[in-house]
Amino acid sequence: MFLSYFTEQPMSAYPADEGLKEGFTSVMFSNKYYDPAEGSRLFNERIEEYKLADQVGFDGIMVNEHHNAPFCMQARITVMSSILAAITERAKIVQLGNPLPTYDSPLMFAEEIAMIDMISKGRLVAGIVRGAGQESVCLNANPAYNRERFNEAHDLLVKTMTDDGPFSWEGEHFQYRVVNPWARVLQKPHPRIWVPGVFSAETIRWAAEHRYPYISLNTPLHLTGELWQIYDQAARACGYEPGPENRGYLLRVHVQEDGDKARENAREFMWMQGEFTGIGHPYWVSPSGYGSSARRLDYAKMANSEVRGSRAAPFEKQLAAREIVAGTPDEVIAELRVVLETCRPSILMLWGNDGGVTHDDSRRCIELMGTEVLPALRDMGDELGLHDPFELDSPISLALTPPDELNPVESDDARPEDTSDSTALKMFR
Amino acid sequence: MAMQTVTTTVAGLGMREFAGGSGDPLVMLHHSFGNPGWMPIHEALAEHYTVHALDLPGYGGDEGSERPDWARHPRDLALLVGQWLRAKDLGPVELVGCGFGGWVAAELATMAPELLKQLILVGAAGLLPEQGRIYDQFLVSHSNYVQAAFSRLEAYDAIFSSNGDNPDELPMSDDTLLVWDMNREMTTRVAWKPYMYNRRLRPLLGGVNVPALVVWGDKDEVVPMECAHAYVDALPDARLEIVPDCGHAVDLEAPESLAAIITSDTATSGGAAQITGGAD
Repeated sequence: MFLSYFTEQPMSAYPADEGLKEGFTSVMFSNKYYDPAEGSRLFNERIEEYKLADQVGFDGIMVNEHHNAPFCMQARITVMSSILAAITERAKIVQLGNPLPTYDSPLMFAEEIAMIDMISKGRLVAGIVRGAGQESVCLNANPAYNRERFNEAHDLLVKTMTDDGPFSWEGEHFQYRVVNPWARVLQKPHPRIWVPGVFSAETIRWAAEHRYPYISLNTPLHLTGELWQIYDQAARACGYEPGPENRGYLLRVHVQEDGDKARENAREFMWMQGEFTGIGHPYWVSPSGYGSSARRLDYAKMANSEVRGSRAAPFEKQLAAREIVAGTPDEVIAELRVVLETCRPSILMLWGNDGGVTHDDSRRCIELMGTEVLPALRDMGDELGLHDPFELDSPISLALTPPDELNPVESDDARPEDTSDSTALKMFR
Repeated sequence: MAMQTVTTTVAGLGMREFAGGSGDPLVMLHHSFGNPGWMPIHEALAEHYTVHALDLPGYGGDEGSERPDWARHPRDLALLVGQWLRAKDLGPVELVGCGFGGWVAAELATMAPELLKQLILVGAAGLLPEQGRIYDQFLVSHSNYVQAAFSRLEAYDAIFSSNGDNPDELPMSDDTLLVWDMNREMTTRVAWKPYMYNRRLRPLLGGVNVPALVVWGDKDEVVPMECAHAYVDALPDARLEIVPDCGHAVDLEAPESLAAIITSDTATSGGAAQITGGAD
């Protein structure tokens, strides 16, 4: 198993009552409520915790990027990745991910990825994302071309990492007369690319069609079966048999010696009314043209309804459904067994601390994970056959899979009818 | 009055219009939220003109004009409208552009003024205001944006709230929502950034050698009134008519006033005597 630590790095020191008054906590929620002195404290606490996570035996540290909202302090994924490259020794730096379409320069990502890969001595996982619709709004990247830009930026990124320059690129959305960065990735042919998402059928299929692991972000456990079905069908249509090495899962998990204290701290996962991307209006989260046209009417209805506030299930319900796992190490290990048996990921991201959990409690959580939870999970992973891409040295991508290792594909219309969009909508509500 | 739906293929794209009336041709270009149908403004103008209410390329939903996937700017839409006018051999026409459609009309006027008899801009976007700001639809819901185009909610409800007050349903129909969203997507494709203006339009307006009429609702909350003055200043032969107690969508909120302004204006201008004569 590949076991990674994660925190959203919340800007928890903001006046929550102001967010409640506004009715939203993203995009237009004023940064006059941002206290940089607190920001400085929080950044440095997180950096100490990352060092600890590296020392106690996590295989990876997952980082991400969001904008205009207190739920995540990381405004630039490459900044935190670069810091981790320098201050950690062992753990892989798992970017989930570089938001390719929201910037105008895929070449910039290629250069940054190469630098971080070299500085970290080959410890980078260069995940990529479309970025939620609100990131397009915040960075003013056209959401109607988000998927096109993602696809093209991906192609250019991979070519830049694998091919010698100089070459030129004349695409629909990106053009370069010279691509020739003097920064090359250390891992050959290129660092692994993983793709996270909540439940977008299009993205799940896209990941499978490239043989990139899909990291399911806190998707309710009972829906993961449907999710992997989409992935597996697309994978088989490409001629390979997917397994746990193609599956990742991010889950909110908090551990303390005292189970009640752990559960009390875990309530902080609800700190922003339980909306892990912050409460935003549907027309920010999914602007017109961003989502698939199959969902158009439902999204338009949502966007024009007067529903305000949180859509999250109550804490106890999330605990019961194992969307949040909290307790003593033994309690957590027992709960995670059910998760691993149900979801069968080989990549597990433990989202350990959120909201107002103190620095001391966060450290204790990380230590207990390292000493007690991670060893148990590794044994469980071996027992359940959950071997990760590094253990198996599995192909980095479909393009890098030797053709003679692919199964013959019987029919090219193996793609099933798309029923999954309705599931995504249910989750959105 | 008899109205018919006509589709003309231009650059491989079916372009739909609602057409009706008799007399010289008048073409209307709609707001970014689209043309809700054959409306009272069309009916009123059809007393004097042959009205062509065109769905801009990519607007009007599945039944509307086909989307040019390659289009990246309202100027691309203006080029297609120009090709459409030539394909139908319609010009020179009275070209009425409302809101976003006004921007497209102004772009077309700069590149092919010979297709126009007169340029009529109604609450037109296209110029960057110096003081105020053009109301950004992408930060609000579809319905809130369209409502902002009206000074009186009753006028909005009369057109869009077909489901009445049933609390279990949204006030607008599914069809309206779908078309609004498809129109918004097309607007996103061509006008996301910069939003609703083109710095390269104003320097070209001096070359529009046809008369222009600029009409603005005095309660326009979408495109600031200063843009009306900017158009009048930049166009060589333009005058301004302000419609009292009216919001941005003058065509939908005060159709009779707008029709009266257009017909009286064209009746007193050189080119319009012919129209009046024709109507008699």
